[in-house]
Amino acid sequence: MVGWAIAVHGGAGVDPNLPPRRQEEAKQLLTHCLNLGISALRSNASAVDVVELVVRQLESNPLFNSGRGSALTAKGTVEMEASIMDGAKRRCGAVSGLSTVKNPVSLARLVMEKSPHSYLAFSGAEEFARQQGVEVENNEYFITPDNVGMLKLAKEANTIMFDYRIPIAGYEKCAGLESSVKMNGLPISIYAPETVGCVVVDSEGRCAAATSTGGLMNKMSGRIGDSPLIGAGTYACEVCGVSCTGEGEAIIRGTLAREVAAVMEYKGLRLQEAVDFVIKHRLDEGFAGLIAVSNKGEVAYGFNCNGMFRGCATEDGFMEVEIWE
Amino acid sequence: MGWAIALHGGAGDIPYSLPPERRQPREEALRHCLQIGIKALNSKFTPLDVVELVVRELENIPHFNAGRGSVLTNKGTVEMEASIMDGKTMKCGAVSGLTTVVNAVSLARLVMENTPHIYLAFDGAEDFARQQGVETVDSSHFITPENIERLNQAKDANRVQIDYTQPIQNDTKNETEPPFANGDSQIGTVGCVAVDSNGNLASATSTGGLVNKMVGRIGDTPVIGAGTYANEFCAVSATGKGEAIIRGTVARDVAALMEFKGLSLKEAANIVVQERTPKGTVGLVAVSAAGEIAMPYNTTGMFRACATEDGYSEVAIWPDTKIE
Repeated sequence: MVGWAIAVHGGAGVDPNLPPRRQEEAKQLLTHCLNLGISALRSNASAVDVVELVVRQLESNPLFNSGRGSALTAKGTVEMEASIMDGAKRRCGAVSGLSTVKNPVSLARLVMEKSPHSYLAFSGAEEFARQQGVEVENNEYFITPDNVGMLKLAKEANTIMFDYRIPIAGYEKCAGLESSVKMNGLPISIYAPETVGCVVVDSEGRCAAATSTGGLMNKMSGRIGDSPLIGAGTYACEVCGVSCTGEGEAIIRGTLAREVAAVMEYKGLRLQEAVDFVIKHRLDEGFAGLIAVSNKGEVAYGFNCNGMFRGCATEDGFMEVEIWE
Repeated sequence: MGWAIALHGGAGDIPYSLPPERRQPREEALRHCLQIGIKALNSKFTPLDVVELVVRELENIPHFNAGRGSVLTNKGTVEMEASIMDGKTMKCGAVSGLTTVVNAVSLARLVMENTPHIYLAFDGAEDFARQQGVETVDSSHFITPENIERLNQAKDANRVQIDYTQPIQNDTKNETEPPFANGDSQIGTVGCVAVDSNGNLASATSTGGLVNKMVGRIGDTPVIGAGTYANEFCAVSATGKGEAIIRGTVARDVAALMEFKGLSLKEAANIVVQERTPKGTVGLVAVSAAGEIAMPYNTTGMFRACATEDGYSEVAIWPDTKIE
């Protein structure tokens, strides 16, 4: 029997000028979610049940970029995606392109358990959602005034930038763009990834992971990021559970979540070493962060960008909720 | 060291009893695509250009499950997907849910090169295709009578089978009859991997997916690390049962075993196919930076071909019978 461990995140890459009130709200939400998870673990819930439960909570709260409060596509709509993986048998489920499903992570779980497939997207996923009778809302439910404002700023920033990869001068003159920290080509004051995720190892030593997001602000409709891709944004196997956040393209290219497990399995690294190795060597110029748990009851996190909203706890009473380094 | 190339037209339960009239066109097609790849490599095309070129050719051939000849969804439609990866830069591109784009692999390349994203799907991908001016046709172009037949058989079998995932062979009422009267495998994909004499690697994979799949189902093919992967060690393109390849992060694992455990390409590829995925679900083609080739599979057969610069070439379907 192993002590349980849990970690949650609300995104890597945080605006250094984030108002203290917002920081406080974020920490409170993370604490609340962590406590929900801890309570479930104390009642012997399985890892996969706990990650779903916690991510549902994060999705329902408009604070981070998932479910309600999701970032908006270039068309001003919401296209949500999520994935979940049960480490014990490496079963997995994923969804993309959801526009009305209240809890994408739960639909991902249904794909895993009630469909012959692992990944459903767009109208096919929405249809499956109706067949399964999950809770749905109009697309407007997910859209917050904050994000409508952010989309506008993102579009302004983008029309100035021809190629987001080339650093440009001039955008600093735009109102509201004081921060020089950029991720995904946008100033972080406009858009921080804020994907959510949870990883858990239960007292039977089973690992699970789940990740959910609205994706990139001002993304092309149809753009899929790392969150629903098994091996990139989410991964769980017998030895660990991992959930990533940050620049989706960098996470996909680096198959980040799988990488943590691969160096543990193939190089014999322990969890924290594996996390450090992956963050250091697999990201090149990309910015990202991740949380992870191991089947030995350990919890770890790492990020190479400016802050990551996170919280972790272990059965022996350790608990931490942080944003900065 | 010279260049090396390998390509596949799908792994699956390709029965030994496949009649000549179904076998020969496919062998011919593999040979033809191999020649195209060989010619391109000899003309010093980059591996990225080569894999795209060869997969385009495979997509255009109706005998394989990609582009024209794609298997059908449970609604009788096609939803094509593909991905491509450049091992040198680790840049990649992927598309899913295409219904009118003639060459999915080329659209995947455009996503990689002309957008800040990696993966576009469904309506968004189709819109992008129109913006980019790629060749599109009415979806009926991709649908073949064979695939309509396959879909009907799959639907019939489902009336008997409650669990879709059970192999049809378990239906004892039809023991003597092959699951599909035309004898072809119902799973498959096309793909190509190549390495040039400088050790630059690339991989591309394309498919119509699974017969009778739910609309919106995405398989392993567009998932980087599952169906396609390339880095400085090797390039891999996988085929088989998508769900197994995703769980097994097959393409990435071959490279990871080489990198982290120092295994050779053949050893790494064999471990992934024989030990880390269930029997009857996976095949792959892979080349390494050193010019090695591996084409393991744990299914009955895999349509495949390969060649190296020193003149070796091979076209095969099953383990023991090489055609040349």
